[in-house]
Parts: sequence; C-alpha cells; structure tokens
Amino acid sequence: MKVLMFGWEFPPHNSGGLGVACKGIVDTLCSRGADVTFVLPKKVPIGSASKNVVFADKTMNSVNTKEVDVLLMPYVTSESYKEHLYEDIIEGNVKKRKRKENRSAQYAGTLIGEVYRYGELAGDVADETEHDVIHAHDWLSFEAGIAAKEASGKPLVAHIHATEFDRSGEKVNQDIYDIERRGMHLADKVVSVSNFTKNILIERYGVPESKITVVHNGINDQDYADALEESPASVVSGLKEHGYKIVLFVGRITFQKGPDYFVKMAAKVRKYEPNTFFVVCGSGDMEKQMIREVASARMSDRFIFAGFLRGEALNTVYRAADMYIMPSVSEPFGLTPLEAMIQDTPVLISHQAGVSEVVNHALKANFWDVDEMTNKVVSVLRNPSLQQCLRASGRIEVTGIDWNSAGEKILGIYRSLAR
Amino acid sequence: MASICFYFQVHQPFRVRKYGIFDVGDRDYFNDDSETDLNNCRILKKVANKCYIPANRVLKNVLDENPHFRASFSFSGVFLEQCAMYAPEVLESFRELIKTGRVEVMSETYYHSLASLYSQKEFEKQVKLHSEAVKEVFDVAPDIFRNTELIYSDDIVREVRKMGFKAMLAEGADHVLGWRSPNFLYKPAGVDDLVLMLKNYRLSDDIAFRFGERSWKEYPLTAEKFSQWASAYNGDGEIINLFMDYETFGEHQWEDTGIFEFLRHFPSEFLKHPDNNFVTPSEAIERYEPVGEIEAPHYVSWADAERDISAWRSNEIQHDALRCIYELERDVIELDDPEITHNWRKLQTSDHFYYMCTKWFQDGDVHKYFNPYESPYEAFIAFINVVNDLKIRIDKKKKEKKKIDTIKKELMFE
Repeated sequence: MKVLMFGWEFPPHNSGGLGVACKGIVDTLCSRGADVTFVLPKKVPIGSASKNVVFADKTMNSVNTKEVDVLLMPYVTSESYKEHLYEDIIEGNVKKRKRKENRSAQYAGTLIGEVYRYGELAGDVADETEHDVIHAHDWLSFEAGIAAKEASGKPLVAHIHATEFDRSGEKVNQDIYDIERRGMHLADKVVSVSNFTKNILIERYGVPESKITVVHNGINDQDYADALEESPASVVSGLKEHGYKIVLFVGRITFQKGPDYFVKMAAKVRKYEPNTFFVVCGSGDMEKQMIREVASARMSDRFIFAGFLRGEALNTVYRAADMYIMPSVSEPFGLTPLEAMIQDTPVLISHQAGVSEVVNHALKANFWDVDEMTNKVVSVLRNPSLQQCLRASGRIEVTGIDWNSAGEKILGIYRSLAR
Repeated sequence: MASICFYFQVHQPFRVRKYGIFDVGDRDYFNDDSETDLNNCRILKKVANKCYIPANRVLKNVLDENPHFRASFSFSGVFLEQCAMYAPEVLESFRELIKTGRVEVMSETYYHSLASLYSQKEFEKQVKLHSEAVKEVFDVAPDIFRNTELIYSDDIVREVRKMGFKAMLAEGADHVLGWRSPNFLYKPAGVDDLVLMLKNYRLSDDIAFRFGERSWKEYPLTAEKFSQWASAYNGDGEIINLFMDYETFGEHQWEDTGIFEFLRHFPSEFLKHPDNNFVTPSEAIERYEPVGEIEAPHYVSWADAERDISAWRSNEIQHDALRCIYELERDVIELDDPEITHNWRKLQTSDHFYYMCTKWFQDGDVHKYFNPYESPYEAFIAFINVVNDLKIRIDKKKKEKKKIDTIKKELMFE
C-alpha cells in the first residue's frame, strides 16, 4: 500500500500533539508494511539535520518526506499569521526564498493564501510520487489533499484532529470552516479522532455519518521511556521536595483548553488545600488574560507560569505533579493526559475531550463544573490511597493505548478505498 | 435421591449519594433524589416491579401447585428497612410465601457488611440486630447462617458456631473442595455441631449468569433441560445447592429471557422424577449427614471468577475506605448515639466497597454493570467525604458529651 500523506509538522519540529499524532500514525502504518510518503508544507529551519533526526529512527525506514516551501504553522490563526510572516522576514528567510525561481518562492501573504498555494504545489508532488491513496491531516493540508486527488484520481482520506469549532468556539473563521467542509465533502472517507469530534462533523459540517470512521489516537510509551530514569531537578520538583502539592495544567493557553476554568478551580482548591501550587506549562493567546485572572484572585504567589516545555523538562514537571488537569472546553482528542499517565500522574479530564472515550482510570468532570473539579482535585490531594490507585491503574491502562488498533483501522480504510 | 435446595439472596444497599467536599456538613448521606441509579427509592421501586413482585407471584403459584416445593431466602436488614419505607407491599408478598411454612428464612448481618473480616463484636451485634428484624417482620427465628456474599473461612465459621447456628452456607469453590463434590453436606474442620452447605456454582450460575446469554451453547435453557442436568446427579450426590441473588429473576435476567417461565415450570418438571425433591436448609441437615471436612484458611466467597474477597478488598482505595470506617468503631460504640451508629453501620454495607473495585474496570464487565457510579474513583470520593463528615459529627458529639460529664461531676461535688 503506497500512501501519499499531507501534514504540516513532524517531530521533532512540532509545536503540539498533532505532529506527534502524525508520527504515531506513520510509524504504525510503516510497521504494517505500508509505504508512506509524508509531505510537509514547509522546510524546517534545520533542513537536513531534521531529516536525520526523524529518519534515524529505524521504524521510520520506509518513510520519505517531501517538503514544500510554504510558511505554515499548525496553530496560527489568520490574525497572528502576519506576525509570523514579519518574524520570518526579520530572520532573512524570506529574502533567501525570494531568490529561488520556482513558484514556491512567492508568498501569498495570508494564511489562507498559503493553504491554497500548498494545494497548488501538492498537485506536482502527486504527479511525481506513486501512490494508491491520499491521506490529509486537518484543514491546512486539505487543499493539498484535494489537489493531489484531482491530479492522480486516487481516493482521499481526510483526517480530522481538530475543527475550527474546537479552536475558536462559536467565533469561527468562515474561510477556514469552508476549507474544512470542502475537504471533508470531497474526501472519500473522513477519519475523526473521537466520537466527540464525529458528532461535530455531523452536526456542524453535514458530513454523512456513514462516511466517518472514529480512530482514537494512541501513545507510544517507548517515546517516554528514557525520561523515567532521570531525576526531577526543576523549580517545580523543588516545590515537591518542600512538601507542597502541585496541580498541573499543560497545553496551549487558549479558549479551547479552558485555562479560565483552571484558575477558577484553583481559587476553590486553595481554600481546602492551602499548601498547593498551580503550575501552568504552555503559552498562547489567553496567557495575559490568565495571568490577570490569577492576580485578581490574589493567587500570583501560588501560580507558576513555566512557559512552553517539552521533552525531559516537561516529563519532570509531570512527575512532580500530584495531579494533572485538562479542563478543555472542546478537545477532539487530547494527548497530554496520556503523557501524564505515562509519568505516573493521576489525571482529571473534561468530558468534552475525546481522550475520555478511551481512558477509564482517570477522573472526569464537565469543564464548566468548577465545584466538581475542585471536589475531585481535593479528594486526590487529601487521599494518598486514591492517588496511588489512579497512578497504578492508569499506568497499566496507558500502556495498552498504543497505535496498533489505529494502524489496523486506517489500513482497513485504505484497503476498502483502493479496491 | 437428589434434593434441590434453593436459596435466594434479597438485598439492596443504601447507596451513598454523590457527596462532594462542598456537601460536608450535610447529614443526608443516602437520600439521592436524582434520576440516576443512586436514588435508592427509585431503584427499590424499579426492582420491586421488575423482580420482587412478579417473582413472588410465580413462587406463590408454584407453592400452591406443588406441595413438595421448598425454597429459602435471606433478606438483608437494609433491604427490609428500605422495603418498609418505599414498597411495603413487597414485604407483604414475601410474608405470603413464608406463611406457607415451606419457605425458610436465614440469618445474616443486618447491614450486609464485611464485619466478619474486621470485628468480632460488631459482627455479632449485626447478626443479633438482623435476628430481631426478621422476628419483627416475618415472625421467624432463623438458625441457619449465611454470611455476606457467602464469605467464609475457618475463623468465621468458628464465630458463627459460637453464636449457636446449626448450619452455614458457603461457596462450593474448587480451591476449597478440591476433587470433592459440592453435592453433599460437609462439616468445617475442627468445628463440631455445625453443618456446611456448599453452592453448586455450575448449576447455580447456569441460571444466575448464563440463562439469557444468546452466545451460550446451551441457550435457551429450558425447565426440561435443566431438570435433566439436575437429575443426572442422582446416585453420585445427595443435595444440589442452588444459591443465587433473587434479583436474577427479572432484574439480572430480564423478563424477555423467559426467566419467569423457567421458574414457573422447573419445579414440577423436576418433581416428575420420583427420586427428586426439594428441601429447605433445615430439612437438608435433618435428612443428610456430612461426608467430610472442609478447611478454609483463606477467605472464600461467591464473587467473581476468583471466588475470594478481592471484589471488596484488593486495591488501595478499598483498603483505605474499609480502614477508615472500622477505625471509628470504638468512638461510635462509646458515643452510643442511635443516628450516628445507624449511619456508621449503613456505611459498612459491602456494596460500597464493591463499587470501588478496579479489577476489570477496563473491560466493562459485571462490576461496571452493577456500579451506579461513573467509576470506582467516584464511589470512593463520595464515600470518603461522607466518612469525613461522620468523623466531624462524632468529634463534636464527643466534645459535647465530655462537657456534660464535667458539669455532672461538678454538680456531684457541690
């Protein structure tokens, strides 16, 4: 099975869970004998070095990458796109690119324009690359997927990791919505990462139910294996050593992740467990607002904004935490609770997260139910037996949530389409 | 000769309502009034309509038509209490059965508790409370004992003997019987004057668990077929003990599986064979003699494939919750406040700890089916918050009592 796959980021050059999910999918497909060509929209700054890092991994042997030179970042909104473009110009990248003579050297100037241009380039890639099926991840690569389908006539799978409604609530960007909708309707099959998201696709995008297959993400605990051996060393784990309790938030600080509910909950938890610190790992457009809310609740001395962490630094924080909270307002899947569970940390996740469909050994609450979240957090902080039980059972459970069943399901879709 | 001894367990716990840290200070632990399965009144009425009332009607019919039919029941005190509150007509229909003189009532702990694992005194007290309750409700005085969920061990049976019981029921688990058959009476090793009746779990579970399972190769189980299986023990067994939850009829096995038809027709089908008969436990121990001794250094029960006590006590939260509740014993007894004592005992009901079981939680098995909480963790959180509230109440009362005692002393000196 030859797969032409369009994405926008791939570890280690990823800014979130979507690149991780793409890698998980590619790995599991390759281990099942599929031949995947993974197309990236943008040349990553370290160029060939990145290639080595990605492909040094033996499981990645049969992956090819193609890079198409477009300025795309997975989590930028149309508004913040201009800022990124500006930064790029400062770094001199644009000048360099402009010297190139092919059409990829021209910037379309808006994020939407870039998406369309990725599409134009994708047609050429499809012509050059032999494939049986096309697989595109999220809206940024949908135009590319559609173009590839037009060029080769091969079936298209549109994979939804997040919708515009998850990212923006009700204030959706119409252009993005249109691209998402067009991609799903022109696709031969749609994959959604949870039933939660499937329902959004049916209700908000009018995708026929029969066209959608739910494929839950997995997690590869080997990716986190080294981390378990190293000892905690940061400020956060220092707090732990001084007997403080730590409640953790990890994720982009945006509407979708519910940071405001985390702050409201923190204010209530503190009344019951005053020896608690709240650690926030991540950055995003609501960061300033969150800091203001913390200040006005007079909790600045109890909050630590650790910024965006990854790798061992993030693992250290997970391990130091007594509990990880994901109060997401709308989360198609949500990888971070699984990361926390791998680090033996009990988790509380909102019912509005797709990951709650696959995890049993976790506490759950509605994101808006601040009292219920407080009840559960305080119960964990106060009862070591509960913490212990969640840790032990969670660790066992997360080991079983690997990419195998996702790989089987996706291959099944390919086979039914390529027939 | 093959005798069948039917024993049906009737029990409903006082489920703890969703009780969070913000509820601490509220004494109302059990009265959930939501549309969920935590609403005890709602559940009792539902099970009454699906099971108790129709099943009693069928049994009454069977008793009327077959003078040789026998059965036995054990009712937890917390069931009787809730029944009196929410569905007194159910008690009345049980009285009808017992009035025939062919339905025996057995003894257990009033609170359907695990007291036998923790406190000899508390265990005895709850057995006594239960005897008083069945005397009052049914005007009978049981002399055969069955412990919560058929939990049994050498230590427990010694206690039961001390309390004067003539026989005790237990699970016919393979690890207790070894090569031996459950279809005879036994006696506990080292204990005289007490007879053991062991459950035939294969035949019992054919009715209780497999009856409505379409994937089972024996499906559908007819009265004729089951009668043949039971009759086949003629010659190499004396008594077949069919022990199960009474909720099997209509609640665990729904009406549309044909379970009531089965109950209706099986007795006359079985009695067609002249060597077959039904006995109550008391008749069984009169008629037959123990054929061997049973040793059980470890706990045995009728729960799960393990048939041990891991359904109630295997993970950290179960151990912790049980420790917390039994730690209060001294204070509660000393304080002797009727409401606090009753609350404390209602919290000992085994179901609370069963809901906290994480053994197979992932596989969505029987534990999940019988769990009114979203997860074992939710069960623990509600329980532990209630226990904390109870502790606060106990401490308060203790202080009040101390104050009163001091004043009394001062008055005496004056």
